[in-house]
Amino acid sequence: MRHLATYLLALALSTLAVAGPGAQAQGRDGPLRIEITEGVIEPLPFAVPDFVAEDGRARDLAAQIADVVAADLAGTGLFREIPENAHISRVTSFDSPVQFSDWKAINAQALVTGAVATGAGGRLTVKFRLFDVFAEAPLGEGLQFQGSTGSWRRMAHKVSDAVYSRITGEAPYFDSRVVFVSETGPKNDRRKRLAVMDYDGANMQYLTGDQSLVLAPRFSPDGRRVLYTSYETGFPRINILDVTTVQRRALDDQPGTMSFAPRFAPDGRTVVFSLNRGANTDIFTLDLASGERRRLTSSAAIETAPSFSPDGRFVVFESDRSGTQQLYIMSASGGEARRISFGKGRYGTPVWSPRGDMIAFTKQNAGRFHIGVMRTDGSEERLLTSSFLDEGPTWAPNGRVVMFTRETAGAGGAPALYSVDISGRNLKRVPTPNAASDPNWSPLLE
Amino acid sequence: MTSPRTLLILAVAMGLSACAGGFRGDGAGSGYGSGTGAGAGAGMGVYDPASPQYFNQTVGDRVFFAVDESTLSAEARATLDAQADWLIRNPEYSAIVEGHADEQGTREYNLALGARRASAVRDYIVERGVADARLRTVSYGKERPIEICSTEACYSKNRRAVTVISAGSSS
Repeated sequence: MRHLATYLLALALSTLAVAGPGAQAQGRDGPLRIEITEGVIEPLPFAVPDFVAEDGRARDLAAQIADVVAADLAGTGLFREIPENAHISRVTSFDSPVQFSDWKAINAQALVTGAVATGAGGRLTVKFRLFDVFAEAPLGEGLQFQGSTGSWRRMAHKVSDAVYSRITGEAPYFDSRVVFVSETGPKNDRRKRLAVMDYDGANMQYLTGDQSLVLAPRFSPDGRRVLYTSYETGFPRINILDVTTVQRRALDDQPGTMSFAPRFAPDGRTVVFSLNRGANTDIFTLDLASGERRRLTSSAAIETAPSFSPDGRFVVFESDRSGTQQLYIMSASGGEARRISFGKGRYGTPVWSPRGDMIAFTKQNAGRFHIGVMRTDGSEERLLTSSFLDEGPTWAPNGRVVMFTRETAGAGGAPALYSVDISGRNLKRVPTPNAASDPNWSPLLE
Repeated sequence: MTSPRTLLILAVAMGLSACAGGFRGDGAGSGYGSGTGAGAGAGMGVYDPASPQYFNQTVGDRVFFAVDESTLSAEARATLDAQADWLIRNPEYSAIVEGHADEQGTREYNLALGARRASAVRDYIVERGVADARLRTVSYGKERPIEICSTEACYSKNRRAVTVISAGSSS
């Protein structure tokens, strides 16, 4: 009989701790974890029976929360759900002893049990326990979350996050959101508007109308504000929008220029972006409080798509100063840049991993587009996808998954959101009601 | 024999009706509509030479580029010579030059590439004697294709810069 520990070992083997040059770029000494195995991991079988409803009003949510937890875990590709109709035991009381033999019999390696109670004023309490079935022991302490009934999905994601972290040793990512561009209309008259949703596509809301073209929204580090490019004035300008109030303002309006490709610095106080004047596009930073602008690049080439390192010390960006689009890293105050991409083809839209160890990018080569990752020194380049048009990766908060835009070819072509594990496994479409592009993944919610 | 004045009014009226749906240019700019077929047919082969419709149809409002290039071809320069002449003869108009790219490229890069193309057109027209203040540029990157297939036949028409005429000496 295999124990949960065996699976843990399998997961651990698929990641290899390597201290590399990327650590220098970060000024860190600790080991970096990077997955180098392309082998298939057998998903860990788990069971999440319906949570126990502790009062009549909690009954529907008790089942729905268990479903969301199961979908989160199975959606990683690392876990496989044993469906409810195969269960032998029924969990009718959260505190009753677990009948481990019943779960062993169906080979459930991990078991998640939980309970849901409603309270006055729309309060909701969700508790759960995680068990290693073959060790016949709990894995970690039981946890309890409280919130409003309306936030039941978030509470389910928090349960999943705890389970995922305990079993994989990785940081969690389910309790997070994605801001993106929702698209309707034919290819030659596309309407675009900003929208935000849970990482799994639930709870979608629009943030703007579709009167003017909008592009590439990016969350602030606290997830409360969004930078994006808008053609509201007829010219591309960076706007900043409050996600809660949906109020927006132009960031920096310099007549005769175009500004785009904004991203926050990790401190949330500085924005790095591209400013075009005439034929030239360079990278600048803007201090949000003082409005002070600082120029980081000054070559005649196209310099765009800047992204800060998580420690705020460096900026990775793309430039065609060598003749084609390639990736470079420079100090966050500008100055000399070091080229990091040297493979065949063109490289664009680099994004620094929240872990600091890798850069995700779009690669264009031989008529195909790829999403790839590489170390911050350009080594260990690995292409995760290949299609007619993949672009614009964004990292999950834990740096294990990237989401991106995949557009299909032809007159009826349309974009959709996809996600893929950085191992290249588990490519899947993220559900959205309309065509969708330019996803940006929030940090883990507070 | 109709007087030139009547002809002008007729031409403008026809031009407007051909642009039903507003003065939407090739992109989102507020100019006199262009685009293939606008104002064509209905026996209207000839516009008043001082009209934006004449500019769009007869002078030619757009030039095309090679893949990932913003260099002006001989054919493009000939079109832009005529655009500059028209703008010099019609000082009551200004223009926005829209730069566009085909879909083969990343979004941000294509915005910058479209800006290069628009800027190349603007610089050329200014060199030909049109006042700098009468021309603005904007890039739409790959956001506003006019042809929607995913082959070079369409891409070659989407890699363009369109000079959109608007009323007013400058903005």
